[in-house]
Amino acid sequence: MARSVTTRRKTLNTLFAWAVGLLIFFPILWTILTSFKTEAQAISDPPVFLFFDWTLENYAAVQERSNYMRFLWNSVIIAGGSTLLGLIIAIPAAWSMAFVPSRHTKDILLWMLSTKMLPAVGVLYPIYLIFIRMGLLDTKTGLVVVLMLINLPIIVWMLYTYFKEIPGEILEAARMDGATLKEEILYVLTPMAIPGIASTLLLNVILAWNEAFWTLNLTAAKAAPLTAFIASYSSPEGLFYAKLSAASTMAIAPILILGWFSQKQLVSGLTFGAVK
Amino acid sequence: MSLLNAFRAATALTVLVSTSAFAETLTIATVNNGDMIRMQGFTEDFTAKTGHEVEWVTLEENVLRQRVTTDISAKGGQFDIMTIGMYETPIWAKNEWLVPLDDLGDEYDAGDILPAMAGGLSYEGTLYAAPFYGESSMIMYRTDLMEAAGMEMPDAPTWDFVAEAARAMTNKDKEIYGICLRGKAGWGENMAFLTATGNAFGARWFDEDWKPQFDSEAWANTLNFYIELLNDAGPPGASNNGFNENLSLFQQGKCGMWIDATVAASFVTNPDDSTVADKVGFALAPDTGLGRRSNWLWAWALAIPAGTQKEDAAKEFVKWATSKEYIELVAAKDGWANVPPGARKSLYENENYKEVPFAKMTLESILSADPTNPTIDPVPYVGVQFAAIPEFAGIATQVGQEFSAALAGQQTAEEALAKAQALTADEMEAAGY
Amino acid sequence: MATQQSRSAARIMMAPAVILLLGWMLVPLTMTVWFSFKKYLPLRGGDLGWTGFDNYVRFFTSSAFWPSVQATLVIVGGVLAITIVFGVLLAALLNQPMWGRGIVRILVIAPFFVMPTVSALVWKNMFMDPVNGLFAHLWKLFGAEPVSWLSEASLESIILIVSWQWLPFATLILLTAIQSLDSEQLEAAEMDGAPPLKRFGFITLPHLSRAITVVVLIQTIFLLSIFAEIFVTTQGAFGTKTLTYLIYQRVLESQNVGLGSAGGVYAIILANIVAIFLMRIVGKNLDT
Repeated sequence: MARSVTTRRKTLNTLFAWAVGLLIFFPILWTILTSFKTEAQAISDPPVFLFFDWTLENYAAVQERSNYMRFLWNSVIIAGGSTLLGLIIAIPAAWSMAFVPSRHTKDILLWMLSTKMLPAVGVLYPIYLIFIRMGLLDTKTGLVVVLMLINLPIIVWMLYTYFKEIPGEILEAARMDGATLKEEILYVLTPMAIPGIASTLLLNVILAWNEAFWTLNLTAAKAAPLTAFIASYSSPEGLFYAKLSAASTMAIAPILILGWFSQKQLVSGLTFGAVK
Repeated sequence: MSLLNAFRAATALTVLVSTSAFAETLTIATVNNGDMIRMQGFTEDFTAKTGHEVEWVTLEENVLRQRVTTDISAKGGQFDIMTIGMYETPIWAKNEWLVPLDDLGDEYDAGDILPAMAGGLSYEGTLYAAPFYGESSMIMYRTDLMEAAGMEMPDAPTWDFVAEAARAMTNKDKEIYGICLRGKAGWGENMAFLTATGNAFGARWFDEDWKPQFDSEAWANTLNFYIELLNDAGPPGASNNGFNENLSLFQQGKCGMWIDATVAASFVTNPDDSTVADKVGFALAPDTGLGRRSNWLWAWALAIPAGTQKEDAAKEFVKWATSKEYIELVAAKDGWANVPPGARKSLYENENYKEVPFAKMTLESILSADPTNPTIDPVPYVGVQFAAIPEFAGIATQVGQEFSAALAGQQTAEEALAKAQALTADEMEAAGY
Repeated sequence: MATQQSRSAARIMMAPAVILLLGWMLVPLTMTVWFSFKKYLPLRGGDLGWTGFDNYVRFFTSSAFWPSVQATLVIVGGVLAITIVFGVLLAALLNQPMWGRGIVRILVIAPFFVMPTVSALVWKNMFMDPVNGLFAHLWKLFGAEPVSWLSEASLESIILIVSWQWLPFATLILLTAIQSLDSEQLEAAEMDGAPPLKRFGFITLPHLSRAITVVVLIQTIFLLSIFAEIFVTTQGAFGTKTLTYLIYQRVLESQNVGLGSAGGVYAIILANIVAIFLMRIVGKNLDT
């Protein structure tokens, strides 16, 4: 790092980058701000930015109408459950692909990804009929399974790219030192694999959290997650910007907060492990 | 004293036990309209009376339709009660998907349901869905703007008068638009309005041999008139405005006139939400002197899917929600202007309700719509702003998209009509007419 | 290297994932193909018998078919172009020395956390509404006539919304790739007097080709099936009816399961054409 950077250049970079960052973030910021306005302030002309009477009435109104905690809980179970189940199935598969590759490994990986291209709408009817037959409609179990299947290719793909980074020599060295297979997995491999698994987990929780087609169409009351919660606010009667903003904020806040606290893993997760 | 208390407690306990023995949890799918959301607020009253619990699935209209139609046609059994309309009821009843509601008891007084509503929600003379609220459409207009324009709204205006008034009221610099009409594509959005308006212009969907009629002069007149009027006196982006968007515009004081569902009257005159609550007048939907007006007829109704395990409890809920008592319950808490309108005759005979400013015009609008004889030339279908055949929703949404694109200026009215004619003919042929 | 034993162990470890995905692909696919040869109208009594290739012919010859393929490709292509171009620029910017890079990075990735339904609702109502939207206020501020985005520039609006959601993803991948670039190589070029643009074009961009491939692959998979953004905003009006949306209309609005299933088979064929095309490039670029 021999290059010296002038303070002026750094200042310019900073200003420009912050401006762009705020611009990209603005729609979310605006939604959060609007959620604290009254309905009249939400549509006032010219728009008010910060100087308005902050109110919580929209949150109260939304909570009174729908039981937010239940939707939230369902979202947590479905997103978390499907990701964990996916990891349990994907880890052995990715493991063997990474450490015992065959000439079909890459074809299998790409085939798995291609299953994600099936248009969900086209198979809604068949899946609905299967769900009825198996009694899975409006159950969290059913959604956990479906979302796991939808995201499984991505999970396998990501884990595969992470595992491939683990050098084989370390394993051999451990074996030379007389480590048993159990010790090898527990003390050598696991610590090296954990960051990759954590990133995969985070990213897939987000993907499952935001999935809106199956979660809406396969649930009614008991298993409905936050995507269904939002569907009851999308166009109510009359002035609704503030209430819509409050409901939107409630739907995205948990995942935003999770994302912010686990930024480092998430950033590497967002690259799908494909780039180092 | 203590003995009395003990007695009370014992009775309460008995009531609790006797009801909870049959207590069920009902899953009810409903639309997120204001009256339904108010109904959710009164759920406790129902639970207290019957012991049954209620799980609400409240969805936006399009999502709701998608969910309930999939569920009932695949026999998914997800819902014990579904909120459906006049379009679905006869089609579903014909498929034997609904529980007949002809045994709701004397106390319920089914004879009190407005005949127009009962007719639209029946199949072969049997009621299959109980109306929660009913509506027609009418003109809501700003009395102050009308006066400023130097005009006076008659009770039953013509389209020419409405167009003239709309252009006179428009002041685009001040964001006052003379007329707000539906433009958003959808069979329940712009096509509801345009089909009903077409009726007044002598247009119809099909002739008696089920041949589509979009190549007729009457449809060309309807669509051209509508597009020119909205271009001159409508709000920007009218082609994206549905009921909710227009309601919001009207409440903000940006519309001179708005022709839409009669239930909107209580929202635009509610001072909590509307900035123009005290300046709204009402008139019948316009005509062109040919003998039909441009108003539609619709009801949101509660129906019970055949095959539900909880038929008895579901019937109790339907009875409760569409009863005279429910109307009184709402009136006591939120005032007479906010009760669900348009379902029962007795409501319009109620002295308290007669004082509500839009009551009379709502009733007259409902009474002037005739689903069995909606058009000037004879048609083979039932329904004012729709044709009650299974294919209609799909076709009309596509036609609506063509008309919406014409309103947005992306094609001419003639092109839109030609496409509408072709695609309707194609779909009807596919359906085997 | 691997022994016979470890090979069979590997097969067993892969089996659950492969079998599950095979089932998830084959069972609905078989049912879809089966339905596609049927006249299946739920509102008219359900299964009305076999019809041969009628549904395929009807779906293919309907006036909505080619425009929908076109709309699908325009949206996918438009979003890919925008996210890659702006992603590269943004990544290059974020790679510069600055204060508070961590916070800027959070701001930039935030859109990825937002549900598609929510982002479509927010953009549609609070930004693109021609009367109350923020854009309308902005336009009026400069004395311009507010634009009715979702009808006058419908495809562009949807591309904008979707690009906003996917820009964080592209930016981050590209940023990671740029950070791995050998700085000595850049410095050497700088010493040789190569201007910044040239350095970018000849050293940075070629280095990014693998990352760009990954962006194209993953985004295409997700973009081919976008639905919520269209359902919430235009409902397929104004030329925004993608193949996915057309199938939705056939199955759910027209309640013609047979016809919609035939459309589903076409969509699968289209997806596979794109997939084969993609894998050709990816296969070359992903060998590491």
